[in-house]
This record gives sequence, structure tokens and C-alpha cells, in this order.
Amino acid sequence: MFKILKYSFYDLARSRWSYIYFLFYLVLALVLLFLNHDLSKAVITLMNVIIVLVPLIGTIFGVMYYYNSREFTELLLAQPIKRNSIFLGQYLGISISLSLSLFLGIGIPFALYGLFNSAAIWDFSLLLITGVFLTFIFVALAFNISLRNENKIKGFGYAVLLWLFLAVIYDGIFLMSLILFEDYPLDKLSLAGTMLNPVDLSRTLILLKLDISALLGYTGAVFKQFFGTNLGLFISLAVLFLWTIVPTFSILRKARRKDF
Amino acid sequence: MIEITSLYKKFNKNPVLLDLDLDIREKGIFAILGPNGSGKTTLIKSILGMVIPDKGEIKVFGENIKRTSEYRKKIDYLPQIANFPSNLKVKELIKMIKDLRGNTERDLHLIEQFGLEPHLDKKLGNLSGGTKQKVNIVLTFMFDSPILILDEPTTGLDPLALIQLKNLIQKEKKKGKTILITSHIMSFVEEMTDEIVFLLEGNIHFKGAIQTLKKDTQQNDLEHAIAALLEKNNV
Repeated sequence: MFKILKYSFYDLARSRWSYIYFLFYLVLALVLLFLNHDLSKAVITLMNVIIVLVPLIGTIFGVMYYYNSREFTELLLAQPIKRNSIFLGQYLGISISLSLSLFLGIGIPFALYGLFNSAAIWDFSLLLITGVFLTFIFVALAFNISLRNENKIKGFGYAVLLWLFLAVIYDGIFLMSLILFEDYPLDKLSLAGTMLNPVDLSRTLILLKLDISALLGYTGAVFKQFFGTNLGLFISLAVLFLWTIVPTFSILRKARRKDF
Repeated sequence: MIEITSLYKKFNKNPVLLDLDLDIREKGIFAILGPNGSGKTTLIKSILGMVIPDKGEIKVFGENIKRTSEYRKKIDYLPQIANFPSNLKVKELIKMIKDLRGNTERDLHLIEQFGLEPHLDKKLGNLSGGTKQKVNIVLTFMFDSPILILDEPTTGLDPLALIQLKNLIQKEKKKGKTILITSHIMSFVEEMTDEIVFLLEGNIHFKGAIQTLKKDTQQNDLEHAIAALLEKNNV
């Protein structure tokens, strides 16, 4: 598996798109830092970008890599290598290389700006951790979709729809349901609703760490009570972890039965 | 070497292989022929474990291939479409496959034979179709496995490379290997192969020497013999 991982990683590390992705974050973080002159504010703005962009890039890269390397995957399948190793290797290769672009792209400017002497380092670490989780989650989801769809266009379409749903539409439905049922106690429901979507979960997790939960009103207080504690943080990270592990197993299960 | 018993495979609701039995014990070159959609590639891919059969059993050197990958060390496979990661250089791809399968020195000779030296430092995405096929050939032949499976090996090759490929296949045959080839070019099949396995609608309709087929169908060349075989079966 590690050999496949290594080569997938090298393959992507040399792709122009990895550098564009890296440079985008580099420029974004630099501009934010030197315009804002405030680490915490920069973290918030970055979060808004990362929460939406990381899943999108993960989805698109995952789908594109799968379909582009199809024939090569077939070449590997004819070698004495287990299927699990091939797909796990490719999946980790993409996820790690994308995570590295993110990590270095926003890590370098923040480190230069003096992150290590600042109190924002924990918020920043949490931002990075959720960013990495989102990358792994969405690449895994994209792989699942591509494995189940022979047709490139369909696979691409479904993957983008899934992203759109989790990043945008879900929030809409969520808000509508809150308004519709505003006469009922909704704190438990909204807590569960947030937990079920990795994008929302990441956003809430960071926002509450940043101590701006007062903006969120009463529900914010409930959330603060939950996410603000170590237990809440632990459960949230566990849910993100589940969001990573379940699709990964689903990739392996599908790959074992698939015809190439 | 390869024993297949009642192999059954359907894609969605479309049956491709219908309880196919095939037993290849002898050494030599076997051509797997048949019209488009007769199940040639599915058969080959089942042997390689790329297609998972619905029913039936495949044994390679007496070992059931279900859920194992080790047996593929004994098989070299030349796929039909050669598409490699475009960011890798030819050199790196060869190194990588060696890394995955074990070291070999045979590639040096093959690279020289197919004149690939000037391309070694090029990225695979920048190669022409024929050159890619040559790389594909090097990757397949650089391991000395007892079974060779070649899916349309002549695609995109220039006449010189084609002659070299033929010599290469003959050389491997003399070593006592079992070689399976699919091809649509009948002259190539006639020149190269000892036996024909003719697939039609998911089953084997003829297995035997080219001479026998010609005699059975009372035709002088293979192309017409195959056509006669198809006509006999009302296709």
C-alpha cells in the first residue's frame, strides 16, 4: 500500500494543480494577514473560505484523479497487489497531498507572521485539523461516487451535487426547519443537525473556539455549552473521524467487488 | 496451467460468459478470437482477477484465484489501452513497476530493442500512441513469468516494432511459456499462434489448431474459416 501511496503522492506533487492550490492558500493567507494585522480575524476569514473550498477541491480532485487514473489502476490490478492496497494507497495519496498544500499554504504565512508567539495558535491548529479532516472526508466521498459510476460526467455531476448539498443546501433546509418549528425547543435538534454534516460541524467547532458564540444567541449558548467543553470537542472530532472512516471502508468494500 | 470451470458472468442483466469451460495445459501460443462482444476481454480479465465472476472457478497453476493476488506474479499482462499517469517519466514508470513486482535487468535490452532510449526522460503524457504501446510492451515483457496475456498487442505499432514484437513473442514461446493473445488482425494470428480458442456468445465454439479449423470449414485462409464458423452459427 505504501508504494502505491508514494507514487500517487509523487504524481500529484508534480501536478500543476497542486501548486496552484498551494499558491492560492499562500496568497490568500498572506493578503489576509497583512491587510488585517490580526491573527484571529484572519483565522475567521480563512475559515469561511476553507469550509467551502476544501470540500469542493477535495471532491473535484478525488473524482478527477479516479477517472484519469482508471487505465493505470487497471495496470496495477494486473500486478500482484491486493485491491485494498491499490485503492487505499491512491486515496491516501490524494488526501495527503491536498492536505499538505493546505497545511503549507496557510501554515507558512502564519508562521512568518509570528503565530508561534500568539494566542491564536490553538484556533489556528483547529482550523488546520478540520481542514485536513474535510479533505479526507470529501476525497473519500468522491472516490465512493466515482467507483459507483462508470460514466465520468455522471460521477462528476453527483460529486458536485453532494458538495452543493452539504456545503449550501443542507444549511438552507436546516434554517427553514428551524424557522418552521420555532415554537418547539430546538437546541437538541439543531445540535444533531450540525453533527450530521461535516461542513457545519467544522464551522461550528471553529466559531465556538473563537469565542464569538455570543453572536449566535440562545442556541449559541447551548452550542457553547456543548462544543466549548473538552467533551464536546472530543465528540466533534470523533464524529469527523467517523465521517472519514465510514466512507473509507465503503471504498474498500465497493472496490473488492467491482469489475474493471 | 489455466483451468476454468463453468465460468458465468453477467454485466447488469447482460450475460457475457455462459458457463464457459477452458483448460489450457499445454505450452505455446493461443489466440482467443471472437466477434466484438463475445466475451474475450471479460475472459482475460477474469483470469487476471480484474473481473469478479458470478459463478465458476478459475485455477492458475492449480491454485484457486479467488481473493488472492500472489498468483499474478506468474502472469504478465499487456492491456489493450495503454494510459499511464501523465506526470510520470517513462524511466520512473519502469522503476515503479519494478519496485512493485521485483527487480529485473531485462528492461535494458527491451528498451534498446524498441529504441526507447530517447524517450526515457519524457513524461508519459507527451508520448505518441505507438510509443506508449512500446512502453507497455517493455513493462509486460521485462518480467519472466510463465504465462503471458496480450490484449491486442499490435495496436499502434509501426512495421519495425511489429516485427520486433513478433520475434519477442516467438522467443518467449521457445522458453516454454503459455501465451494468450487476442487480436483482430487475422494475418498476425495465423502467423503467430498454434491454437485457436473461438468464443461466441459467451461460450467456446471451437478450440484447436488453425489447420483443423481450416479443414473443418473447408477454407484456405483463417479469415474465411472464421467467417464460415460465424455463418454456421447464424451470426
